[in-house]
Amino acid sequence: MSPSLNEYLNQFEGHQKVIATVTEVLGFDATGLMTFIVFFTGAFVVVNVMALVGGLGTYAERKISADIQLRQGPNRVGPYGLLQFLADGVKMIMKEDIFPAQADKTLFNLAPLLALIGVFATLAVVPFSSGLTLANLNVGVFYLIGVSSLVGVAVFLGGYSANSKWSMLGGMRGASQIISYEVPVTISILTIVLISGGMSFGSFVGGQGGFPHEWYIFHNPFTFIGFFVFFVGMLAETNRAPFDLPEAESELVSGYHTEYTGMRFGLFALAEYIEVFVLCGVAAAAFLGGYRVPFNLGDGVVFVEKLGLPPIIGKNIGQVLQLGAFLTKTLFLYYVVIWVRWTFPRIRVDQVMTICWKYLTPLALFNLVGVTIWVFAFDGHSIWDVLGHMLSSGSGGGHH
Amino acid sequence: MTAYTLDVYMPVIILMSLAVGLVLVSVFFAQILRPFKPSSLKEQAYECGEDPVGTAWSNFNVRFYVVSLIFIVFDVEGALMFPVAAIFRKFVAIGEGAVLVGSLLVFISVLVFGIIYCWSKGDLDWVRSFQLSDEQVNQLKGIEEKA
Repeated sequence: MSPSLNEYLNQFEGHQKVIATVTEVLGFDATGLMTFIVFFTGAFVVVNVMALVGGLGTYAERKISADIQLRQGPNRVGPYGLLQFLADGVKMIMKEDIFPAQADKTLFNLAPLLALIGVFATLAVVPFSSGLTLANLNVGVFYLIGVSSLVGVAVFLGGYSANSKWSMLGGMRGASQIISYEVPVTISILTIVLISGGMSFGSFVGGQGGFPHEWYIFHNPFTFIGFFVFFVGMLAETNRAPFDLPEAESELVSGYHTEYTGMRFGLFALAEYIEVFVLCGVAAAAFLGGYRVPFNLGDGVVFVEKLGLPPIIGKNIGQVLQLGAFLTKTLFLYYVVIWVRWTFPRIRVDQVMTICWKYLTPLALFNLVGVTIWVFAFDGHSIWDVLGHMLSSGSGGGHH
Repeated sequence: MTAYTLDVYMPVIILMSLAVGLVLVSVFFAQILRPFKPSSLKEQAYECGEDPVGTAWSNFNVRFYVVSLIFIVFDVEGALMFPVAAIFRKFVAIGEGAVLVGSLLVFISVLVFGIIYCWSKGDLDWVRSFQLSDEQVNQLKGIEEKA
């Protein structure tokens, strides 16, 4: 099982020595304090990197949309316009903050905070690599589904508290859309729990391998449906086009954040882009093998044995490779999300509900039944194991 | 290190407080740097230049209520299946999988029947037609003619 960041560091002698020294200097047992420092540093780094990813996400979005529409996109601020998001951030900080006179001030201020808390809390379980997982909770994905629905509350609250008609409509659409798509998403995650036999992301990724045929997406004929349902549901949960009804600019001005200005609008946007990244990461971890690297390069044993490197360096090289594998898959999915946004037209609000309840939910239920029976019938082996067994044992033998 | 204590939730608390901190810091800096010249026109609700009439806090369509009811049923049912799903592999490994397959299928069939029921009741239709069918119209016409 993959440990959390603290347990990963505890393997190393250097870290143990640091704890011992600090204990000596302070005169009390510093294990708890060091755990706090490790987690705080880790969380701080992750949050900053995620803020950067969120910022670069807006840049990538504009650049890719420009590519798709044969435009230049942002290209003035910094090399290739890379610093555009900083300029946007500065602009948002400098903007006057307008409180609508008719709004509920407390809730109006609380909504962006809730969105950000919900999104940041999901970061705790994202498995960046086997060592760099802030908390490998045993209820991992369950926790993630629960916490990320705070964003739905924030969307509705943002729409409701502004007391503006556009906001209210956007907030209500957002709430109903987010809770509706939670059903197919939860059910398709459930199939992965069935296959991996655990709810933590450690067990999700641990059950997969580095090569595509070892990924859960190709585990059996049903999981591909699961991935499809999850991906579509994910687009809707993060209010991304073609499901961006809550903020549809052509009908609702700007939806639930119509009345938000300046930095509080920026916080909503930041939360949205980070949420997309987190959910892409979940999709990569649950279906695409997460941080697993081919040939078991990820645990770094090969580097120690073949190249004669000290174990500490070998391990860390492995971690970097794992991080690379995870980020490659996640950013690829991120790209697909942006690509989808600029390719498909927005669908109508009744179609959103129809797609969720009449297509995705029955599909997800079918998928769940299929996976249940598959895991039961083949002892949880993947289709490749079963086929290989059949071929090696001659004509059409069973799995036993 | 397999014992689970609440220590593992420490990053969660830290991340949540970082979110609060980020909001406070950014809003604080914005407060210092930005201009602040409120006027009654700026503070109006935006309605594309029209003067807003009334408040937005009014009755909303009952279909949102129906959707949330259906959601609660399905989501609770999904949540209840998670623990069963988590131990499914272990039960299959010791040869007791049939019990869990049975209970899972019963659960799923409740969901399936639920969705069929909602579908046939028309609760899954976002736009519900209250137009009478031809048959009903003819019935009404018959009643009218009798009268």
